[in-house]
Amino acid sequence: MISDDVALDVAFLALADPVRRSIIARLSRGPATVNELAEPFEISKQAVSKHIQVLEQAQLVTRSRDAQRRPVHLNPARLEALTAWIDQYRLVREGQFRNLDAVLRTHAAGSGSQSSKES
Amino acid sequence: MSNSLKLSVPEGVPFIEYEREFDFPVADVFRAHKEPDLIVQWLGPRGMKMDIDHYDFRTGGSYRYIHTGPDGVPYEFRGIFHTVRENEFALQTFEFGGYPDIVSLEFMTFEDLGNGRTRLRGHSVYPSQEARDGMAQSGMEGGMSEGYERLEELLAGARV
Repeated sequence: MISDDVALDVAFLALADPVRRSIIARLSRGPATVNELAEPFEISKQAVSKHIQVLEQAQLVTRSRDAQRRPVHLNPARLEALTAWIDQYRLVREGQFRNLDAVLRTHAAGSGSQSSKES
Repeated sequence: MSNSLKLSVPEGVPFIEYEREFDFPVADVFRAHKEPDLIVQWLGPRGMKMDIDHYDFRTGGSYRYIHTGPDGVPYEFRGIFHTVRENEFALQTFEFGGYPDIVSLEFMTFEDLGNGRTRLRGHSVYPSQEARDGMAQSGMEGGMSEGYERLEELLAGARV
């Protein structure tokens, strides 16, 4: 639980910066290289690299090796974890009730034959 | 789906309230709460394995079950069914093993809406404001694993 808390702290901190949020927004449209990510900003490539490192440490992005390129990818699972944290009560309950819908659907098929037996 | 959950965590009172409709008759919804082999299929966040020690959904009955997350960590829950009225009402106590002695009261009302539809209303009362808010934190792991799962579904385009 503590490690989850720390991970959340790190991720929320990482997002408390407009440059890093725009990097996330750009990556939500697809992976990009550091050069591509640096384009819209007036800051140096080094500064953008630092921002990416922060996002990487927060597990919000990952980097893969693709020959010479090292594209940056969004880690949507981590982002989703943040929204899940914000939304936790509703998520747990709603997930539960969606399961219940599924059970009722399965069971309704079975109970149909059962009620015709009874009548 | 139109049957979305309405949930409120009101400020200043140690309550949680929710309301959810189902496109199934009240007897089905009630039965899904009553029978252990059905409850095991839906109770708790997805991504958790549920093992029932015992589950006796009737006035004076009791229950104990354990949810195990993908990380193998067990979460134990137990309580007593104070009052159960078929297809109508249930009142139970609820205690999470991770917060021993913090027992909440869970009121559940099953309402027949006609046309084979049901409204389920819940009202949870915690012993203190702190306890209610602490509960939010214990739900975190569940919420997070649920989040991952929703995401996987989203990515697979298989979202229900």
